Amino acid sequence: MSQVRFKSVKELEEYRRSLQSASGFPRLISISSASCGRASGALKIASAFEKSIKEFGLNEKVKLKLTGCHGFCQFEPDAIIFPEKYFYPNLRPEHVPLIVEETILEGKMIPELAFKDEANQKVYLTVDELPFYRKQLRWLMDFHLDLDPTSLDDYFRHEGFKALGSVLSSNKPEEILNIISASGLRGRGGAGFPTGLKWRLAREAKADKRYLICNGDEGDPGAYMDRGLLESNPFSVVEGMIIGAYAVGAEKGFVYIRQEYPLAIERVEQAIEKAREAGFLGEDILGSGFSFDLELVRGAGAFVSGEETALIASIEGRRAFPRQRPPFPVVRGLWEKPTVINNVETWANVPLIIRQGPTWFSRVGTEKSKGTKIFSLVGQVRYTGLVEVPFGLTLGEVINEVGGGPKNGKKIKAVQTGGPSGGCIPASMFNLPVDYESLNQAGSIIGSGGMIVLDESTCLVDMALYFLNFASLESCGKCAVCRIGTRQMVRILKKISSGEGEISDLERLEKLGWTMQKGSLCGLGRTAANPVLSALGYFRAEFEKHIVDKECPALVCQKLIAYEIEPEKCANCQLCLKACPYGAIRVGTDGAPVINQELCTRCGVCYSTCPPQFSAIRKVSWKSLEQNDDKRPGGN
Amino acid sequence: MKNLGNKISIVEKILQTLPGERRYLVHFLHLVQQATGYIPEEILPAAARHFSVSPSEIFGVVTFYSAFSLKPHCQHEIVVCQGTACHVRGSGAIMEEFSRWLGVKPGEENLEKNVLLKPVNCLGCCAIGPVVVVDGQLQAKVDLKEVKRIAEKLTGESEKRE
Repeated sequence: MSQVRFKSVKELEEYRRSLQSASGFPRLISISSASCGRASGALKIASAFEKSIKEFGLNEKVKLKLTGCHGFCQFEPDAIIFPEKYFYPNLRPEHVPLIVEETILEGKMIPELAFKDEANQKVYLTVDELPFYRKQLRWLMDFHLDLDPTSLDDYFRHEGFKALGSVLSSNKPEEILNIISASGLRGRGGAGFPTGLKWRLAREAKADKRYLICNGDEGDPGAYMDRGLLESNPFSVVEGMIIGAYAVGAEKGFVYIRQEYPLAIERVEQAIEKAREAGFLGEDILGSGFSFDLELVRGAGAFVSGEETALIASIEGRRAFPRQRPPFPVVRGLWEKPTVINNVETWANVPLIIRQGPTWFSRVGTEKSKGTKIFSLVGQVRYTGLVEVPFGLTLGEVINEVGGGPKNGKKIKAVQTGGPSGGCIPASMFNLPVDYESLNQAGSIIGSGGMIVLDESTCLVDMALYFLNFASLESCGKCAVCRIGTRQMVRILKKISSGEGEISDLERLEKLGWTMQKGSLCGLGRTAANPVLSALGYFRAEFEKHIVDKECPALVCQKLIAYEIEPEKCANCQLCLKACPYGAIRVGTDGAPVINQELCTRCGVCYSTCPPQFSAIRKVSWKSLEQNDDKRPGGN
Repeated sequence: MKNLGNKISIVEKILQTLPGERRYLVHFLHLVQQATGYIPEEILPAAARHFSVSPSEIFGVVTFYSAFSLKPHCQHEIVVCQGTACHVRGSGAIMEEFSRWLGVKPGEENLEKNVLLKPVNCLGCCAIGPVVVVDGQLQAKVDLKEVKRIAEKLTGESEKRE
């Protein structure tokens, strides 16, 4: 491929036609190779394919592509074979020669290696058949199945920069603002502010310079939609930003990515450079007279940087301290100039809306939430990964149909959405449609799109403590309400989780939470109490159980549980005895191991060491153990 | 280990490539951290002159972000993801177990074994948690009973090298 610099839209479209008319490969092997795929060994699978293709002399017949994230991350490394879209999950290098022989040469799927539903042993051969994919509407993520994120040509084949071309050749900025407004697109970062309005405010603010920022500081633990997009289709974000810059009248933009995502940084850096070489960034883009350039800024590991005013401070080279709003960044942002900050997914939606039109976009969704949303569906659910669904699907549909429902026969208790700023929604409310307003009313938020499924083995007190601990560590310390409030809440929750809480603590938590909601400077502090308040609202009984009965029903809070060896199940293999780091397991009088509860720290190593065919070690409530002791002859 | 003078000259070279605008400060610190493994306090005055801010301001930025450190770190690094999805799958216990094996608290280092134990908020590999990164290599679905093997392998290796 020769990199050309396009001087006009016509040149670009001619080049695209020449690419499309060139004969392609009859078959494509696509390997999910984003960070999570690589962690599971995708690159080894890729080199096995490469070797095998060479051995069979198939270099002309099949193309091997390292794509971004296919979304079904739990079953990585996976390969999809086109055109049938055969899906091979959990691949190992030794599977590869067989697949090349059967599927690439003969066109036959190997059912033994196909995806099998453990629940009913049903085998699914193709992506389109898989229940995980069937219920999704993958407007953005379909590209991730067969797009090479490092190739500009491949992006062109997927209609890349077509939207930019049409905007620059036939639209005034004002028209773009109208299109985005009409589409109903709202910010995908969490707050859900109408994107078209945000752009208009920045355009209408009086200034000599305007800036754009792409917020890729995806800090919510348990959420990785933006990493998925940036690693899988970085050009779409770049294209979205150029269109945004044209509409807003900005001359410079920044893509801010957290440093924990090295591959995303590499991909975006590459995309910016290639786009610049091809004439999509820089002076006089596509001969339109419009100029715009992008720069990548690497975060430095601070959750609060995701807050827009803190992010601006970070780009300016300062500590990521938030500041009072208003003035909002659209009026006074980066270096005091009007600045539009949008989330990665928001930018990625822009080229799509321009290509397909606002009515096409807004026909999907609910009254106030339009289009699709990517969620990271994780936690205690059968199928985990990145899913893209239309707004308006119910929580139950997402969790039970896309996610395949509960895992290991346990019961799902709640779903946590919105990360440290969100809350838990109980399973009894799973008929709620997924949209900004419904989740808000339920005391949570859509947030950036984390959806963590919790089953009965999760303790809500522990979850609340987890999130508050997170918030207190990440509180920047600028305002006292958040700095001290989060810390006090952690103290109280620790008390409760160790069985030393008082009933009045619950009221104290609510009071502190209310104060933080009203009095904090930025979004971090204002929302930090949400995980506690929502858990208190829906699962108060669980808190009371910890306080009054000193019991943790989910058997999670370490101070309130104990481990016990069931003699009738124990095979006396003594693995636990060797594994116990504290020497708390000894051989008892009858020759079988017993746990000395005084030495035991409840680290759980024995529990995970006991071979699954025995499962002789069980978690019990500390209290029930005491009662047993009492009943023992000679006890007390 | 390179001596301090050497490090200062590396840092001065980095400074020469960057404009003296404040917005390059964080980028500069990333480059220094990468090149020398930490931010030597001795370089703050030179950096302050270059970016026209006070050394204390730079000190503030360095200590604010978790990516920068004023002390050189150990050769090995075990990073345990503490993200929510990893948490509900037991990463807390995994961290405690590492902490016990290495005899250090999360965020601290064992100088003798040359290992830093580091918590991280979320690595965004939530579908395959609990996730542990050992010397840059990501390991998926780590079980509590694997901790001992990982810790021993790493520290055993470091002994061999010495």
